[in-house]
Amino acid sequence: MEQTEDIKFTNAKKASIDDPVEVKHRATVSREDRSTVGEIRVDSPRMSCTDVNVYYSGQRAIKDINLDIGNNEIIAMIGPSGCGKTTFLRCLNRMNDTIKGCEVTGSIMMDDYEINSREIDVVPLRAQVGMVFQKPNPFPKSIWENIAFGPRIHGLAQDKTELEEIVVTSLQKAGLWDEVKDRLDQPGTGLSGGQQQRLCIARTIAVNPEVILMDEPCSALDPIATAVVEDLMDQLRENFSIAIVTHSMQQAARVSQRTAYFHLGDLIEVGITEEVFTKPKHQLTEDYITGRFG
Amino acid sequence: MQTHTLVIVLLIFSSLAYYLGKKRAFKVAQGKIRNLHSLPSYYGLYAAMWCSLPALLILFLWKSFESTIITNLVVADLPAEIRAQGADRLNLIVNDIKNLVQGNITSGQIDTTLSAAAEHYANLQASGDAALTVLLLSLAVGASAMVLMRIKAHQRARNAVENILQGLLVICSSIAILTTIGILLSVLFESIRFFQTVPVSEFLFGLEWSPQTAIRADQVGSSGAFGAVPLFAGTLLISFIAMVVAVPIGLMSAIYLSEYAGPKVRATAKPLLEILAGIPTVVYGFFAALIVAPFIRNMGVSLGLDVASESALAAGLVMGIMIIPFVSSLSDDVINAVPQALRDGAYGLGATQSETIRKVIFPAALPGIVGGILLAVSRAIGETMIVVMAAGLSANLTANPLQAVTTVTVQIVTLLTGDQEFDSPKTLAAFALGLILFVVTLILNVIALTVVRKYREQYE
Repeated sequence: MEQTEDIKFTNAKKASIDDPVEVKHRATVSREDRSTVGEIRVDSPRMSCTDVNVYYSGQRAIKDINLDIGNNEIIAMIGPSGCGKTTFLRCLNRMNDTIKGCEVTGSIMMDDYEINSREIDVVPLRAQVGMVFQKPNPFPKSIWENIAFGPRIHGLAQDKTELEEIVVTSLQKAGLWDEVKDRLDQPGTGLSGGQQQRLCIARTIAVNPEVILMDEPCSALDPIATAVVEDLMDQLRENFSIAIVTHSMQQAARVSQRTAYFHLGDLIEVGITEEVFTKPKHQLTEDYITGRFG
Repeated sequence: MQTHTLVIVLLIFSSLAYYLGKKRAFKVAQGKIRNLHSLPSYYGLYAAMWCSLPALLILFLWKSFESTIITNLVVADLPAEIRAQGADRLNLIVNDIKNLVQGNITSGQIDTTLSAAAEHYANLQASGDAALTVLLLSLAVGASAMVLMRIKAHQRARNAVENILQGLLVICSSIAILTTIGILLSVLFESIRFFQTVPVSEFLFGLEWSPQTAIRADQVGSSGAFGAVPLFAGTLLISFIAMVVAVPIGLMSAIYLSEYAGPKVRATAKPLLEILAGIPTVVYGFFAALIVAPFIRNMGVSLGLDVASESALAAGLVMGIMIIPFVSSLSDDVINAVPQALRDGAYGLGATQSETIRKVIFPAALPGIVGGILLAVSRAIGETMIVVMAAGLSANLTANPLQAVTTVTVQIVTLLTGDQEFDSPKTLAAFALGLILFVVTLILNVIALTVVRKYREQYE
């Protein structure tokens, strides 16, 4: 009961942003111009991408993307379907490696390392840059085993007590502990959709990443579960950087500090979320957020 | 009229009915198909079905019971002293009568009573045939005329035709089911006859198998021992060896093909592997008997071991090779059915490919793999040709794979290909063995299919 009130409160608080966007300001950059407008760089970035291109069997899917991901921020990537936002997200932890015929060029720096290079071992990278997927994908194992999987394969726990501590704190951080503490030995696939997605977030947190990538994490969830996950993201921001791909402009407006708008493989506009939604500089961004297409 | 002429005439009639029905439907619709409930061809089909199906049904029923009915009539007319003889003797006489009618060679000399009876039989047959021809043709014409007369624009011909077709489909599928039941019952009844001479407990728990019995009462021969335990032990031993070969090789090749191999390797290797399943088992059999078994014996001799020339090991190894494609292709399907989302989840956490396979994909696919393996086991238990040629006939109760053993299927083959009279326990034992084998494989298949189905539901 308490939780439901909490959600109402959250929604009420942010209701002003939820309203249909009224743009009084006129965009100044024309539709034909495809160079990025806005602030692509931030001070002391967590990750910094320069001229990133992705080719699927020779087809150029995203074009010369330059973008920084800052510390302790949530950056939202929005844009119409097929615009390359998920493709870009998957570059950040080299998940595109698992797709046959996919080639990524350009530079992605993280802690002075070039992560888009053959020398980088993707195993520790993916532990550093975790990922949450569109559809909740808990392993068909118990809740406990789902969380313990990551720490085990990376050798993060010395003994059983340490592992237990990791499992408990991860579930607590993901706001799932109170709901599942009595049934840690039951299959993770038996949870509800929203709980499954929080389980996947807990699983990602358990390997203690620095950046969490979320690919439309709420698109398979109902509004109440979505609100819970969004609150969770807000709390996680204290310890992690989060890059989220979303189809919902309201969600981007609610959770993110910066927003990047992609259009047909181009990064069109980046900026402080509030400014992108109220004073877009690019005509295409304005078209999208006012619902002219998308 | 001869039966086949009758069938051909019926078919001609029904094509005529089809044509007339279609034409009449057009006429009723005043040339506009839109005025009809169904397309004109459905009216034609409806008429054709009414023309042929009832007539064919009656033809089938008559032909099934004709012989019994006529024979009973003829026997009833035979003189009382002949009928008073025993059933066996009467049977022989009836056979003689039938042979006379068909002009075949008869036994013994033919007296006037018999030739009169034969004439009677032939007459009955002829009048039956004539009556049948008249009945069928009038039925065909009458039924189709009825249907043709009643064709109306709003008549639901399509629905009627589809109902009849559905009925035909039901009949076809019930033929398969009834055949299974029939086979099962015949095996069951013969087994019951066997168990009247040999107690069930002796058959199931006896440790000695030696089915050689005397052929005639005056012959000196062993009394026979029907303990099936050595056979089942041999079957299990060979199946076990086969699974030890097939499961690891099949599973690992499935994992390689589905997870590691590139599309080109997969496109070549998978069909090649499945060719193994296309080799006739008799070819595997002589491969086992002529190449593998001598090889194993020579190896054993050079190591100072005592190896039989027909060993369980040879048969088991070759059977294992035969089953590899089963295991690998079923496991491959199951592994491919594991959703990509689970792989992504594991990779996203930084798992390596082998960790993903060992800790996520394999456990997720395990129920399905177990189901596939159980299906392979039931295949191994029922396999005959390889063991007939390579495993030998001596029913040793042993766990030593280097000795000759025999299996249930091998014994069924040898029991039924002997020159024993049919109702001796030796021959009937084959049915009892078959029954037990059937039950065992049935149970395995049911378990396997349940496991596989349960697994399929998991991701939907």
